[in-house]
Amino acid sequence: MRRGRAAALLVLVCAAASAQERAVPLDQLKSGSAFLGQDLRTLQADEFANPGMLWVERGEKLWSEPAGAANRSCAGCHQGASMRGVAARYPKIDAASGKLLNLEGRINLCRTGRMGAQALRSESEDLLALTAFVARQSRGMPMGVAIDGPARAHLGAGRAFYFQRRGQLNLTCAHCHDENWGKRLLAETITQGHPNAWPAYRLEWQTMGSLERRLRACLSGIRAEMLPYGAPELLDLELFLAWRAQGLAVEAPGVRR
Amino acid sequence: MAARIQIPKQAKRGEVIEVRIVIQHAMETGYRHDDVGHLIKRNVINTFSCRYNGSEVFRADLSSGISANPYLQFHTVAEASGEFEFYWIDDEGMQGSERQSIVVTP
Repeated sequence: MRRGRAAALLVLVCAAASAQERAVPLDQLKSGSAFLGQDLRTLQADEFANPGMLWVERGEKLWSEPAGAANRSCAGCHQGASMRGVAARYPKIDAASGKLLNLEGRINLCRTGRMGAQALRSESEDLLALTAFVARQSRGMPMGVAIDGPARAHLGAGRAFYFQRRGQLNLTCAHCHDENWGKRLLAETITQGHPNAWPAYRLEWQTMGSLERRLRACLSGIRAEMLPYGAPELLDLELFLAWRAQGLAVEAPGVRR
Repeated sequence: MAARIQIPKQAKRGEVIEVRIVIQHAMETGYRHDDVGHLIKRNVINTFSCRYNGSEVFRADLSSGISANPYLQFHTVAEASGEFEFYWIDDEGMQGSERQSIVVTP
């Protein structure tokens, strides 16, 4: 938590220096919820009615359910340990393997490495539930990913992906989310594209989904080549987006249109 | 089928209390097609009811127009300590039920 705060503070201090580096100036930084109607903002804030809480509750149960060859549960290792602030720091470099992991990847690495269990399938109810349960514990905390050391290269790759034209519509992410946020795209208001509410309950899907699913929906929207779940390009982009959203409060489980 | 229920644990006799419930259900409308063009059969929760100490205080007939993971909210009067029983069934005959108790003070 302290690290998260420190990172957020650092961003504030460095805002002037990195103004040209920041795609969205800090004083204009807006969470996706700022572009929602009042009804959806209320739904997201309501800890009971928020449909994402169904997954959080399921995740809470799974957290203490033993699985795999080691017959161990998440709670078996993280006994009494709060996951508060963890989601705000992901994607993150795994110290042991040197690989970049998002929260889903971290959970699956724990399952295969420590529990001797099978990795959970992307977008499976169980993986969404566990991710939502962990992410919810960081609700209200500022996003603050580390971008030093080996993460730098991933950040660079993510930035390059963000500013690369792609798809039949030949658009970059920036065309919508930097240059035209706040304007209308048919019935929708274009957001700044921050990942702070994910995993989120999306009304269009009528279910919970991960950030990767949302990014794939964007790829489909601009008619670009579809990347598979877990693609390194998506992971790099997730890191770049998390860095781009530094200082925004985590809202998971979010509610989005 | 998982459900989340919210009623006050305690209430005064005669007090109007709010009952809230969210039920996890896909509420398949019957209007969608799968990837190869076949119609996906309708499967929605068609009946929901709530009994308070044995007598029905709320009933709803749901259909295709209701979103997935339906959220229901209604009010009733706290009369005596006891139990709320929630019951629902979908088109495929899958039943769900939950109970929640309440303490009513004079």
